[in-house]
Amino acid sequence: MVSDELVVERHSDIAAAPPQPSQSALALKDLVDGFKLWPLWTRLAWSDVRQRYRRSVLGPFWLTISMGVLVGTLGFIYSGLFRIDVANYLPYLTAGFIVWGLIASLINESCQTFTAGEQTIRQIALPYSMYAFRLVTNAYIITAHHLVIFVIVAVAFRVPVGASLLLALLGFGLIALNGMWIALLLGVICARFRDVPQIVASILHLSLFLTPVFWMPEQLPSDRAALVRLNPLHHFLELVRMPLLGTTPPSSTWLVVLGITVGGIIVTSLVFVRCRRRIAYWI
Amino acid sequence: MACIELSHVSVELPVFSAQKRSLRRAIMGLGTGLNSDSRIAEGTSDICVRALVDVTLNFDHGDRIGVIGANGAGKTTLLRVLSRIYEPPRGTVQIDGRITSLLDLSIGIHPENTGYETILLRGLHLGQSARTMREHMDEIVDFAELGGFIGMPVRTYSAGMYFRLAFAAATCIEPEILLMDEWISAGDAHFVQKVEARLNRFLSRSSIVVLASHDLDLIARICSKVVVLQEGRAVFFGPVKEATERYAHLCEQ
Repeated sequence: MVSDELVVERHSDIAAAPPQPSQSALALKDLVDGFKLWPLWTRLAWSDVRQRYRRSVLGPFWLTISMGVLVGTLGFIYSGLFRIDVANYLPYLTAGFIVWGLIASLINESCQTFTAGEQTIRQIALPYSMYAFRLVTNAYIITAHHLVIFVIVAVAFRVPVGASLLLALLGFGLIALNGMWIALLLGVICARFRDVPQIVASILHLSLFLTPVFWMPEQLPSDRAALVRLNPLHHFLELVRMPLLGTTPPSSTWLVVLGITVGGIIVTSLVFVRCRRRIAYWI
Repeated sequence: MACIELSHVSVELPVFSAQKRSLRRAIMGLGTGLNSDSRIAEGTSDICVRALVDVTLNFDHGDRIGVIGANGAGKTTLLRVLSRIYEPPRGTVQIDGRITSLLDLSIGIHPENTGYETILLRGLHLGQSARTMREHMDEIVDFAELGGFIGMPVRTYSAGMYFRLAFAAATCIEPEILLMDEWISAGDAHFVQKVEARLNRFLSRSSIVVLASHDLDLIARICSKVVVLQEGRAVFFGPVKEATERYAHLCEQ
């Protein structure tokens, strides 16, 4: 056994040990340390994207082309079917579908923030926020590939983007911030409850049809049009789609988005502080 | 100077059945008394594996610690506590020094990444900067004996090349606290030799090495002190010879 002298030495060491930090302090430290690891999560996000198209002929262009084919085909067919002007509909559909793709992938992937990183979590202690940063960055890299199609469409149909581009960037920034809290909150919940990812996927799938992505709110009868505003996803979509099409979102959209952002951050903070230390056990 | 103090650390690992994993059942359980409906109660018992029980250990700089015990004794759990992966619900953990955990091989390994990218990613995972990894790249490739394979996807590598790559990337900057799990002893004799040579020559007296292994000869060659774990308890901590005798005694029982 350990000799007596060493035991005496250790008692004095233990007496002088600093108090253990609080869970809130550790959660904050996790966020800060996670952010500081940006060389790691940016590389991992790129690596995740590259895995998809490594050993393929077209490489990254697969992402762009598949979006282009989908949007182009649907755009022309639907504008023909519903007798809407293509020049009006195609940019609307392109912008909406790309932003929807971003939002949907952020929410869906968030169900696997930590479960996808199971191997890494069980081997090396990294800030949990690192996985959230990686997830959001990955979603944005893919969206950037898709936005090439919007650039083509905007140029072809002379969409008056102009200064509203800055508003679009701000909108993207807000979505990224929301992506972070969703990644942490859903990540924690889904690490503990393994039936939640399917529930989320079903709700999101349904939401695609309930949110004006393929159709315009103006197509609704006037007494029903207001119902669209009850859908929070609609507001996030409009936040970026409207500036991309050269218009400014109304203040109600900003208010709803900011409200959800603040509310989400508060709830996530409470959950993350409480559950952070258990994540490794749940995985 | 590196230093590790574990004081009365206990770790319980929850075992979740499919029912326990379900949000729907958790919500239903709030309303109905679980005991009253046997169909729901079935399979929802709280099972926890007591992986570590009241472990108190102190490691000082210069220590080469071996961890031995039967499978399931808690070796990997102890290493995870030392890596700060598990924050124990009971007891305190004081660790001074930068931790390099080599508990498994798979981090940073995407099969399609090249050896170069994998080394970079492993280094970043362990807290190094990209520049540091690039500066040490030649030395790592040299140790790992990768040669031209450095530019090939990692899926083309043999297990030995993997092992050497992982170890070299992790130790290119001298670790203050190095934690290694049993895979080290699964390497071929050549690899184990290189590991020993690096540990003995390269790692200075100010660092701590903790190695979990079933290979008692390896432990005897590398380690100065050994922890014997049995069913989550540290039943012995002291010099190698006595520890291996105690372990042999335990195995006979």
